[in-house]
Amino acid sequence: MSRVNTSRALLLLRQARRPGRLGWTDILAYGYLALGVVLMFGPVLWLVLSSLKTPAALLEFPPSFLPLTQKTISVPGHAQPLELHRVRLPDGSVKELAQVRRIGIQATMIDPASPGGPVIRVPIEAREPVREVAFAWSNYTEPLKQFAFGRYFANSLVVTIVATLITLLINSMAAYALAIYEFRGRNAALLMVIGTLMIPITIVLVPVFLVVTQLGLNNSLWAVILPGAATPTGVFLLRQYMLTLPRDLIEAARMDKASEWQIYSRIVMPLTLPALAVLAIFSIMWRWNEFLWPLAVLTKSEVYTLQIGLNAFQGELQTQWHYLLAMTVMTLAPVALVFVFLQRFITTGIANTGMK
Amino acid sequence: MAGLVLKGIAKSFGPVEVLRGIDLEVANGEFVVFVGPSGCGKSTLLRVIAGLEEVTSGTILIDGQDVTAERAAERGLAMVFQSYALYPHMSVYRNIAFALENMRLPREEIEARVRRAATMLRLTDYLDRKPGALSGGQRQRVAIGRAVVRDPKIFLFDEPLSNLDAELRVATRKELAGLHAEIGGTMIYVTHDQVEAMTLANRIVVLNKGRIEQVGTPLELYNRPANLFVAGFIGSPRMNLISGRVGPDGHFEMPGGALAQSGPFLPAGLAPGAEITLGIRPEHVLPAGGEAPDAILTVDLVEQLGSESYLYGTLPGGAALTLRSPLEDPARRGESLPVRFERHRLHVFDAAGLALRP
Ligand SMILES: Nc1ncnc2c1ncn2[C@@H]1O[C@H](COP(=O)(O)OP(=O)(O)OP(=O)(O)O)[C@@H](O)[C@H]1O
Ligand SMILES: [Mg+2]
Repeated sequence: MSRVNTSRALLLLRQARRPGRLGWTDILAYGYLALGVVLMFGPVLWLVLSSLKTPAALLEFPPSFLPLTQKTISVPGHAQPLELHRVRLPDGSVKELAQVRRIGIQATMIDPASPGGPVIRVPIEAREPVREVAFAWSNYTEPLKQFAFGRYFANSLVVTIVATLITLLINSMAAYALAIYEFRGRNAALLMVIGTLMIPITIVLVPVFLVVTQLGLNNSLWAVILPGAATPTGVFLLRQYMLTLPRDLIEAARMDKASEWQIYSRIVMPLTLPALAVLAIFSIMWRWNEFLWPLAVLTKSEVYTLQIGLNAFQGELQTQWHYLLAMTVMTLAPVALVFVFLQRFITTGIANTGMK
Repeated sequence: MAGLVLKGIAKSFGPVEVLRGIDLEVANGEFVVFVGPSGCGKSTLLRVIAGLEEVTSGTILIDGQDVTAERAAERGLAMVFQSYALYPHMSVYRNIAFALENMRLPREEIEARVRRAATMLRLTDYLDRKPGALSGGQRQRVAIGRAVVRDPKIFLFDEPLSNLDAELRVATRKELAGLHAEIGGTMIYVTHDQVEAMTLANRIVVLNKGRIEQVGTPLELYNRPANLFVAGFIGSPRMNLISGRVGPDGHFEMPGGALAQSGPFLPAGLAPGAEITLGIRPEHVLPAGGEAPDAILTVDLVEQLGSESYLYGTLPGGAALTLRSPLEDPARRGESLPVRFERHRLHVFDAAGLALRP
């Protein structure tokens, strides 16, 4: 299985405009694609690796790519583990020694192989720390213990799932009406829906906030879920897709004595699945990453969503970068997973519509 | 099963008049076929009957009840669409059962009815498949099955065979005829295929530009077309139509001279000098053989079909004439062929295009 995959991947890598020959256009194309990969995945990879660094390693300059830490060794006779250094001795040989202490530019070293042996004094320029790759998992475990990650995660999950379900339902019903029914003012209604796209959220922020406050929804998750449930983009996307459904299907359902609700739920919705999947992905990403609006309406920490919770690491005086990075990775993961599972729907579509 | 009455049906889409006063009665159990050229309003009329399109004026009665204001679902009719319109995400079984589920029949009843329809239409092996995995003919049968299970008052078909290849079309045509014989429902069928119309119909309705030109049994339309349009539309190859005038002594005068030099030619009782169109079907024009010819035909083209041949030629005045001959090789291209017209098969139409009957 994996061998087949590898050979397929190899085949893919060797694709060229003319089989067997790599022309300069191929080289350009590969170069462009490679650049794209680096641009897309570089920051993510950097984030993931950085999230595993200790605070000291994070502040290091120049920064290292891999999370590296000073290697230590426990030497009998010393309570604390000692830092291991590679030392150039006066006789020109190089040896790994443990550092007992350092005073000014002089370091006192000891050979870990012979702990009882003589101490060696070396100038600090002559030694170089031995470093190893070590993942600071505590960046993840610590905040999971102290920081209410579980609660924020649950809040984010509730907001995302409930809001996405409501969005799909409301938007598809609006799209159904705008796509299937012929009525006076249909285009005007559509234009109005699309027109709201041109009003930036910053303009409606205050009025919506007042409405939400009047409704007494402040500091409840509904305050985050409800205002954005109907999205013009979603209505438009679904309507355009529904327009492509053959009219005969809907008329056949009418002849089959289906009620309007049944036509919507049993004929149109299943056939709109590819568009619904696209909208679901967008909605999940919007909702999961939403920051400004929740920040405005959620002020109690028990209703914080993840994005707001993360903000807590960013204090006024000091930012706990190592925790912030680790929790950012935790926040990214679910969306990435959703994308992996749902993107299949986007590409499949419904190939055969049962029509000729 | 039910009868249908249409009274003065008119339908416009904005300024476009598509149907202009259709009056028609369809008896219970009858198989009626609508034919007509493309765009004449056949589908629109069918959709008006189905309730998918509202009439601009007129009344529709089903079983004596006025259903003009009722919606499609309430009329109790079933329709087979040209595109089949099968629900692509449902199995064949669910497709057929969908209407029954909407009628809230008990589950056992639905199962029994679907099985019965599937057996009748030889679909039993495909019940679990999706429509996408069926051949054109099978999809067609599913579409018919969907109509049959409902036991509708009237079946409506809109060109149901036009997506099938020629061979399958013939086979399905026979099946449809068998179906009608078996379940005996009232059926209204739209087609522009003449053979389908002639073979399936109890009565044919010829439509043109939103009006009914003639209603009658297939043979009535073939043998006694009421006007030029029907004469030209029914029959393949078309009826020969030659325009000219009534000459003295019952001769027919056309631009190149008179037809039939010996004896009166046209039926008696026509006013001399009147403008008329003479119609004669290709099979009623015969090679003269030993008898006195009515005209001399110059053969332009010969089509051999094996069992018979068609000759296309011109008469002295330039009028085109087609004749059918059972012979294998009656004449060659460029030859002159003396022909005779069967007198009792002549059709005469007046200047307005209406048939004149003696
Ligand atoms: N929804 C509509 N809006 C405007 N005009 C329409 C509409 N539906 C049909 N027409 C017009 O009505 C006329 C008749 O259409 P119809 O579909 O009934 O023709 P038809 O006889 O079924 O033709 P065909 O044999 O090609 O199917 C056509 O000229 C068509 O353009
Ligand atoms: Mg049509």
